[in-house]
Amino acid sequence: MSGPVPGGTGPVPADLPPPPRRRPRRYSWRSLIVAAASTVTFFTVFALVVVNAPGWESVRRSFFDAEIFVDSLPDVVGGFGVNVRLFLIAEVLILALGLVLAVMRSLPGAVLYPVRLLATAYVDLFRALPGLLVIYILGLGVPALRLPGVPNEPFFWGVVALTLIYSAYVSEVYRAGIESVHPSQAAAARSLGLTQLQAMRHVVLPQAVRRVIPPLLNDFIGLQKDTVLVSFIGVVEIFRESQIEQTARFNFTPYLATALVFLLLTIPLARFTDWLIARQRNRRPAAAQANVRARRGRVIGWFGRNR
Amino acid sequence: MTDPALVVEGLWKSFGDLDVLRGIDLEMAQHDIVCVIGASGSGKSTLLRCVNLTEPIDAGRILVQGEEITADGVDVDRIRRRIGIVFQAFNLFPHMSVLDNVTLAPRKVLRRPRSEAEERAAALLERFGLADKRDEVPDRLSGGQQQRVAIVRALAMDPDLLLLDEVTSALDPELVGEVLNVIRDLARQGMTMLIATHEMGFAREIAGRVAFVDGGRILEAGAPEQIFSAPREPRTREFLQRIIDAGRL
Repeated sequence: MSGPVPGGTGPVPADLPPPPRRRPRRYSWRSLIVAAASTVTFFTVFALVVVNAPGWESVRRSFFDAEIFVDSLPDVVGGFGVNVRLFLIAEVLILALGLVLAVMRSLPGAVLYPVRLLATAYVDLFRALPGLLVIYILGLGVPALRLPGVPNEPFFWGVVALTLIYSAYVSEVYRAGIESVHPSQAAAARSLGLTQLQAMRHVVLPQAVRRVIPPLLNDFIGLQKDTVLVSFIGVVEIFRESQIEQTARFNFTPYLATALVFLLLTIPLARFTDWLIARQRNRRPAAAQANVRARRGRVIGWFGRNR
Repeated sequence: MTDPALVVEGLWKSFGDLDVLRGIDLEMAQHDIVCVIGASGSGKSTLLRCVNLTEPIDAGRILVQGEEITADGVDVDRIRRRIGIVFQAFNLFPHMSVLDNVTLAPRKVLRRPRSEAEERAAALLERFGLADKRDEVPDRLSGGQQQRVAIVRALAMDPDLLLLDEVTSALDPELVGEVLNVIRDLARQGMTMLIATHEMGFAREIAGRVAFVDGGRILEAGAPEQIFSAPREPRTREFLQRIIDAGRL
């Protein structure tokens, strides 16, 4: 048997100076006050500049009409139901299609080259094209073919177009996750006799997906806003509704209502994504030490820390 | 006479221009324990990875119980099922409990029902003093415990041959013993093992034969007493002298 290892950490000589004392963290409350003061100042100046602009009165009338806001809100919110339906359906399809594409691109071996080529071409194509163009081509072009059995509702083609576009982005997110799982994990799975696909399914993907949930949510924020693009092929959704209201009243306030609806949807989702990222960072064993600090400074960190 | 557990003939393996293995010949009978020793980079791990078919070989043949596993068209997944390997870095699946780590392959590869796989896994964990860890995730275990789980995971497939690739090299010194005890236990049970190791004392104690690998070849092989006490080759003597100088033998 090997004895104790010489040359390891030996006894520390007693006459070494003590390690330097850590300076206590005193800057947190100060940074909170500074953040508050600078925020108030900034927004006061900003508001004063806007309100004192020469055209403010006319802008206020055409964009900030309280009565029109209240009047148009029900229709605008009603239109938003279409957007919600659109992105909920699309998100499910995108998650599935994106995953299939990512796995296709991650399979090794010369035989599977055509599979990788196909997936790569798909991702390149739909990331290269402006989304609106894809929506136009599919939403106006395909129904014009009048093929029997092919649906021609613009809502259907809106879902298809957004799914095609966003699954290309999402597959890249998945792929980054797959590549972030160390190859030794797949090797360990294969050494136990699991097939390539079993190793992917049971060992690599569960770890990969967990890591990419925050960037996936980020893409979904983009998708949810892009649902307004389908108004261009005739889907009456929130943007179209506010357009109708705007032309009927000669006033832009309904757009403001639309903007508000999106803010209320997107900002909580963005905060949730940030929270997930922070939680994930704290969970990693390497970050165990940083964990304590992060917990202590959570409230203050939102204002003062370098994020 | 049954077929030998493992036959390696003229095994040659290159990475690019680098010839890592240059004609390895090795034969093991059932219940044999062979320890492969040699300097870092001499090809010990590559040899094990080739036997496990993790690395494609460039020339030579490998036979497991008479079946040529390096032949064209052999189902590598079926071969790997019969050969367990334990890695230096454990490579446990961090997203699964200890129990799921152990039962994954029996359930997915051998298609055992979950209850049966778990029963067997629990018995193995019990046997190696890990019963209370079955529901933990690997990150919450010590290195020694993780490596014991990795060994149990390999054993759950009832391998005909177990490859141990420097399984104690990543462990803190005080955790090495518990893993070596597991291997001693396996040796008593008659497990056929090919062990790459830097633990010379352990090799001397447990091996039926010791093979010294140098420059991609087995330079010298024989009984542990002969290799450690009366090595024939100057390179072997040199290597062992370095080990002794480092206080590891």
